[in-house]
Amino acid sequence: MAISPPIDQVAALPAQDSWFTAARRFCLGRPLGAIGAAVIVVMFVVAVLAPLISPYDPVVNDFAGMLAAPSRAHWLGTDAFGRDVLSRLIYGSRTALLVGFGASVLGATLGAVLGVASAYFGGRVDLYLQRLMDIFLSFPLIILALALVAILGNSIPNLILAIMIPMIPRAALVIRSSALAIREMPYVDAARAAGFRHGRIIMRHMLPNVMAPYLIMLTAFLGQAVLLESSLSFLGLGVQEPIPAWGLMLRGAAVEFAETAPWMAIFPGLAISLSVFAFNLFGDSLRDALDPRLRTQ
Amino acid sequence: MSPPAEVPTAAGGARAAAGSDVLLEVRHLVKHFTVGGGLFGGPSGLVRAVDDVSFSIRRGETLGLVGESGCGKTTTGRCILQLERPTRGQVLFEGRELTTLEPAELRPVRRRMQVIFQDPYSSLNPRMTVGQILAEPLAVHGIIPSARGRRERVRELCHRVGLLPQHADRYPHQLSGGQRQRVGIARALAVEPALIVCDEPVSALDVSIQAQIINLLEDLQAELGLTYLFIAHDLAVVRHISDRVAVMYLGKIVELTDRRELYENPLHPYTQALLAAVPIPDPQVEASRPRHVLGGEVPSPLNPPSGCVFHPRCPIAVDRCRGEVPPLREVTPGHWAACLLA
Repeated sequence: MAISPPIDQVAALPAQDSWFTAARRFCLGRPLGAIGAAVIVVMFVVAVLAPLISPYDPVVNDFAGMLAAPSRAHWLGTDAFGRDVLSRLIYGSRTALLVGFGASVLGATLGAVLGVASAYFGGRVDLYLQRLMDIFLSFPLIILALALVAILGNSIPNLILAIMIPMIPRAALVIRSSALAIREMPYVDAARAAGFRHGRIIMRHMLPNVMAPYLIMLTAFLGQAVLLESSLSFLGLGVQEPIPAWGLMLRGAAVEFAETAPWMAIFPGLAISLSVFAFNLFGDSLRDALDPRLRTQ
Repeated sequence: MSPPAEVPTAAGGARAAAGSDVLLEVRHLVKHFTVGGGLFGGPSGLVRAVDDVSFSIRRGETLGLVGESGCGKTTTGRCILQLERPTRGQVLFEGRELTTLEPAELRPVRRRMQVIFQDPYSSLNPRMTVGQILAEPLAVHGIIPSARGRRERVRELCHRVGLLPQHADRYPHQLSGGQRQRVGIARALAVEPALIVCDEPVSALDVSIQAQIINLLEDLQAELGLTYLFIAHDLAVVRHISDRVAVMYLGKIVELTDRRELYENPLHPYTQALLAAVPIPDPQVEASRPRHVLGGEVPSPLNPPSGCVFHPRCPIAVDRCRGEVPPLREVTPGHWAACLLA
């Protein structure tokens, strides 16, 4: 039996924007962001289709065709071992995306969980967690990653770990500040009053409501992580030969033959710049679209 | 804190233990917040949000708790719900002392005690549908183990609070303020509580919607035998819904009595001033009646006045009021007031 009649009738409200309309609005309103997104999509497609589209095996040496200039046979030339630069670039995008996404998703997610937990528990937990984060924050990103990879040894999982760890406190800091506001929301009190466990409140009631800063941090980290992976590989602490990676391609023989065979350095350098630029363009536009208040940061 | 000598309970001066129909008893509740202070350096101030508050609520009764913003009425509610841990004092709910319970022990008690919030916009998680909001406590407490049973119960809950079944698939932002408040009520009802703390449940709503929600709360009380602690600043609403009313000022209860008695024969000068401030919906009467506007501002609970906290604004204060803290005493049977002159 209905106790009182449903006087406020169901309002004829439009459903929430579909993904498609949201994406369309984003592309129209932020063309630069759309270009960034397009480049990222192309990178993805290239990485996935690498075995199909690359003209040569990226690790097979061809000592007859060393240091060949760009030609019809080798569009972007060959390196000091006669390996096709284009094929190595194509396969290198796999390394870049794997490490980039792996490190940023893990770093941003762990940072978000820590930041939200820190805000939720407050008090002493918050104090000690934040001071710990401050200690990590006091190291520059690349120095900390360098130190970690030097300790851990260089394999791709270790590289992801080394890049992820310095990102955690950065994500935690930003997400904690959003979570502090969520912490004061009555629906969090309602969840506590309902007798839910802390884990459920953090995961179900607080984390979904800090999605905007989370996505912003994530896209900001993507470019950084790609750049960091390249830097570490360039310094010889990242991916090891003969695995194709952009930073690695810039190193060694590329320096030696910079004048006689500039294509060895130019094209991987362009690939790194273009991808980082694309991630940053997309990240900035996404940030503006999701949360204009964060623009000044 | 020594046991209270005298606590105003539902049955007048009689102690709660005498009657099993007392659902909630609050004894000498104190909640202080520290201001400032960090890793180094101690706290720099103490906000006396709730300062020695005692009352009790009978099963099936509605106790109104009124007062100005910042007088501690919401903090009192939060301390009862154990959303804040009281600094001192006891909260006895269904005979159990809650303030000493561990979080795990508290969890089953929380089912018996629910809350409805003021702001229907921020009291619902925007990322969950109404159905998910209502089903979650049923699943977490294992009240209804099957997903199908929960859907059925969600439909029933929607019906009970005057929502349509299709509202269960909506997100809060797709509902009006009144509808959201109904969802908040349904969420409180889901776990079948005995006590609901209504923290200004209608102050954020339009007047026409207020009446609907008040009627809904009254109907639910009659049907389910609920007990309400109704926190509000609107005297007319409190008068309508309450059986007894407690008036708070600066963290203390200054008057506590039956609704009729309070409105017809207020003993505390603060209550008298509050009632005098309510406009009378008759222009002639309104224009001709004398005005008693309280002078000054509510003092800061960081630094409350000595003696009777109301003395700086009290029209009848005498020298005694400055030095002596007036106890909440039973002036006439069932009528408690904290005024030396009452």
